[in-house]
Amino acid sequence: MLRVFRSKPKYVTVRSSAQQQPSKIDDDQPERAKKEVPDNLWARCEKCSTLIYNKEMEKTKHVCANCGYHFRIPALERLRFICDEDTYKPFTPLVATNPLGFPGYESKLEQTRINTRLDDAIVIGTTRIHGYATVLGIIDFSFFGGSMGSVVGEQLTRGFEYGIKHRLPVIVFSGGGGGARMQEGIFSLMQMAKTAQAVGKFKEAGLFYISILTHPTMGGIYASFSSLGDIILAEPNALIGFAGPRIVEETTRQKLPADFQTSEYALHNGMLDRIVTRGDMKDVIGKLLSYHLR
Amino acid sequence: MSTVFEWEKPLVELEDKIKELRTFITDQGIDFSQELTELEHKAERLRKEIYEKLTPWQQVMMARHPKRPTTDDYVKLVFDDFIELHGDRTYRDDQAIIGGIGVFEGEPVTIIGPQKGRDTKENIARNFGLPHPEGYRKALRLMKQAERFHRPIIALIDVVGAYPGIEAEQRGQGLVIAECIEQMSFLKVPIICIITGEGGSGGALAIGVGDRILMFEHAWYSVISPEMCANILWKDSSRASEAASLLKLTPTYLLQFGIIDDVITEPLGGAHRDHNAMGLQLKAFLRRYLTEIRKIPIDELVAQRLNRFRQIGQFQERALPNLEKDGD
Repeated sequence: MLRVFRSKPKYVTVRSSAQQQPSKIDDDQPERAKKEVPDNLWARCEKCSTLIYNKEMEKTKHVCANCGYHFRIPALERLRFICDEDTYKPFTPLVATNPLGFPGYESKLEQTRINTRLDDAIVIGTTRIHGYATVLGIIDFSFFGGSMGSVVGEQLTRGFEYGIKHRLPVIVFSGGGGGARMQEGIFSLMQMAKTAQAVGKFKEAGLFYISILTHPTMGGIYASFSSLGDIILAEPNALIGFAGPRIVEETTRQKLPADFQTSEYALHNGMLDRIVTRGDMKDVIGKLLSYHLR
Repeated sequence: MSTVFEWEKPLVELEDKIKELRTFITDQGIDFSQELTELEHKAERLRKEIYEKLTPWQQVMMARHPKRPTTDDYVKLVFDDFIELHGDRTYRDDQAIIGGIGVFEGEPVTIIGPQKGRDTKENIARNFGLPHPEGYRKALRLMKQAERFHRPIIALIDVVGAYPGIEAEQRGQGLVIAECIEQMSFLKVPIICIITGEGGSGGALAIGVGDRILMFEHAWYSVISPEMCANILWKDSSRASEAASLLKLTPTYLLQFGIIDDVITEPLGGAHRDHNAMGLQLKAFLRRYLTEIRKIPIDELVAQRLNRFRQIGQFQERALPNLEKDGD
């Protein structure tokens, strides 16, 4: 059994901004991502500004009880919300190299591994959800903004291949700021093709893939595997889109609609099957899995 | 109007001098042929010196040269005939991507590619060659049509990125790029992708999955444009030249990395200096690689295409340390 299920949850939402990894999305969304909170006991809702006691947050799965705002949560925390207890088995962990020789990438990787206790921006393995066996991958924003480099691309590809081999469904929670791991350059871009092809083969095998978009799902992650689900769900108030809002604003010199690139906007425009709250997510997944048994 | 880059100036001055001398010889009838030959040799040496040692950022600027041939120039230079086909059958015709059926050495092929404008008016009509989702939907429609009628696909790629606009987002820019990438990967026809100028991120990859991926000598291909990379790294897009070096976006690197299969050399000084020579060169490479991949049975070709991308990525396995597991 993994320590994940025993250790006390860590509240990433209340870290001070100095500890957070700089990332594209932080630049794009200062209001959403950088709100300071008084101390580690309290969190302030980023939408309605209500102060929430952190012990309450655990009960509500990091959703504001007042307005329903969904806080960003670490992948390991999400595992606890989604998996049947003691059923998660991780894949062989992979770590990134520095294929471009990008200055500072190795030391930043090392530091991020220590800070996040993750190998890279994905947590992936097999598990059971309401008794149904599945492959489950979760992107973690705290690792390089949840961006996809070679490790995320390879792990997801292995996930779909594992699904084909063992006739299992695949569920992926996406949540990456810039989408691409800039430091891995062209190798990062190619992971879009690699993962999209893995999904394609998986579908050819007649298997079932649920893609769940969480805040934020942008760029190369949105423009590859996460847009290719048989069913695409999203959490409320997630940022979902291809180009970052700041880029869109600078390019078009137009005022962006207030709900631009939110889950609600994507649903309205026909890009999602459903918005599902964090509280309902496990049950909805369980039902969907039960309707697609192989 | 001509665009001369700073680093080209000594060469251009010398070339002007040669032109002057030629005029002088013709007008005055005095024999300066020895001097002329010397100057021409000097120009030749200088040309090599300048264009064989371009920095990555100079490469990017060459790829964006306003006189560089665009997709429809290559269509005219390389193919015997071309019938353009329009529209995505859903929303509108996006003129930032052109597509249709052309004839290459007697055989029909499907051609698709982003199209930049040559002047302001055309650039506005073509949205500066930045496609909307309907452009990619059109490309995908034409590629599927090609599969149905067993036509090889030639993708000529010159795009800085998919358009980052409000309507583009509304109509599913990310989603349609994902669909293009996925579906192109499995098409049962030979596909050749050629990055002729700019290969910017997902907007290029959307039509960049092929059996042979070739790149022009002065083209670039990366996950992000140097300007945006500099903006993210230092919040200063004027440091794009530094970012261009970090991104390793030139064909030399990409060949080393195994991302592309071959580099198509350009006339000395860049494709814009001699459109016809560039066209002939492209034609020769297309002939060679099309002949090569047509010999491969189609199922094997698709398997090879998938395997190629499956292998891309650099990472290491890490053994699980004991502290992550408990005793039982």
